[in-house]
Amino acid sequence: MDSGGKWFLALQTPEDVTRARAVATRAMESIGASVLKKTRFVTAVSEIARNTVQHGGGGTAEFMTDHLRGERAIIAVFRDTGPGIEDIERALSDRYSTAGGMGLGLGGAKRLSDLFNITSTPGDGCEVRLGSTAI
Amino acid sequence: MPNKELLAEGLTDNHTGILEGWIAAQSREGVKRSDVLDEDEIRERSKRLIAILADAIHSADIDESLDIEESGWDPIKNFLRAEAEKREDAGISPTEAAGYIIALKEPVFDYLRKYQDSEGVDTVNTLLASSRIIDQLAIFTMETYLERRDAIIRRQQREMTELSTPVIQVWDRIVALPLIGTLDSERAQMVMENLLEAIITKEAEFAILDITGVPTVDTLVAQNLIKTASAARLMGAQCIICGIKPKIAQIIVQLGIDLPDIITRGDLQGALVYAFDKAGLSLVAKAQ
Amino acid sequence: MTTSYPSNSKVGTFRIRDCVLVTVNNEIDDSSVLEMESNLTEEIVRLPTRGVVIDISQLDIVDTFTGRMLGALAKMSRILDARTVVVGMRPAVAITLVELGMNLNDLETALNVDHAMRRIEEASAEGP
Repeated sequence: MDSGGKWFLALQTPEDVTRARAVATRAMESIGASVLKKTRFVTAVSEIARNTVQHGGGGTAEFMTDHLRGERAIIAVFRDTGPGIEDIERALSDRYSTAGGMGLGLGGAKRLSDLFNITSTPGDGCEVRLGSTAI
Repeated sequence: MPNKELLAEGLTDNHTGILEGWIAAQSREGVKRSDVLDEDEIRERSKRLIAILADAIHSADIDESLDIEESGWDPIKNFLRAEAEKREDAGISPTEAAGYIIALKEPVFDYLRKYQDSEGVDTVNTLLASSRIIDQLAIFTMETYLERRDAIIRRQQREMTELSTPVIQVWDRIVALPLIGTLDSERAQMVMENLLEAIITKEAEFAILDITGVPTVDTLVAQNLIKTASAARLMGAQCIICGIKPKIAQIIVQLGIDLPDIITRGDLQGALVYAFDKAGLSLVAKAQ
Repeated sequence: MTTSYPSNSKVGTFRIRDCVLVTVNNEIDDSSVLEMESNLTEEIVRLPTRGVVIDISQLDIVDTFTGRMLGALAKMSRILDARTVVVGMRPAVAITLVELGMNLNDLETALNVDHAMRRIEEASAEGP
């Protein structure tokens, strides 16, 4: 089935972070993902979702099925309208840590994903795109 | 400027004409494959493809800036992906599948030719555009085949690796994994997963990785071995790597790789002695 | 007539000999962490405690937040003179933590509760 699922949720509270993990889990299970890929992706989603709530002033997450390198995959798009990230390179390096720390989270999420895109304009929020294949 | 509307309308209004023409061309070129595909289904799916293509042309740019990566082309790409899968499963070659798409050119050109001398019609550029589109879609179809095959190969490699890396229970709480052959990144990952699963199922506090049979190791693999040891420690087990060739020791130091959570020993015997000792066991020679 | 029973271990914690066992289940979210921390620390001081065993075998996911929480729990217990061991980490979780770059080096780990208890008790038996 090609036109797969689509999931959408708001990210405003810590409970929403938990919800995002549940949705990511469901999405990965729907494409028959291996336990390891599922764990990696849901962890990455958790990091970005938390960042969205804590540093992005809240936002949204959208999950959809797609293909990456010929394999079935899940893509997650996170959007917030927060302060944005000034220096993306620096934010991705593990040593970077704001108060409360995006620290390892952003760079970590990138390492755990098969697809990782981040676009941000300072003052205009952030969009993070994460993707993972099933196996 | 290519005439989008003309093209799109032609695909939908002059519908029957192009569909028939395409099916005839498919037969002529030998890409219809009604020997393995159902005749009616071929017709139905070809008809659907034309309709989806018309939609895509409506919303997309079809001049030199044609880019099928744009989202307007997603529906037809999805359809082609499914079509390619169907055809591959029926044993149709990638070339034939691409040929199926390319055969659409002829009836489209025939249709456009009629408007050659019409006012306001840029026949040449519309022909070029339709050729460009059909070419790209044919290439996409072939790429789908390729990607699918790559995915199958990767899966088979994983299965082969699984078979060739069995975990051995040496004693209570001690498991060993002897590796033979070149370790590539894919195989190293498999080794890691096997070892960690064995730690759980055998309740092993010590996991010996014997790489005597591994001729050489690159950075990725070395990092993978380190990852394995770190993960094992997080799970409450200790990794011991033995059988490291001098050359590999050189590489590890030259690459500046740290070995924080790993105990290393020269050979399996050394590794066992270490594990037994830590496990509170000792081997005692029988009294003669 | 209602009988009131003497209050026992803090919510979510169990005592086995003089160790406190706490199981972190999947329902834990960012807001219940504080509650867990206070429950655990209060239980540690309630009665003489040699060690703390944190069972994470239920956790499908351990992200940097949870990882930091585990580190914090271990530190708190250490301050209260109890040795902390984390048990039951799943392979996929362990691999992911390493890939995240969180190696949690100051955290002691064991395969399961049994191994953890043995280690805590053997260490105590050896004396200071």
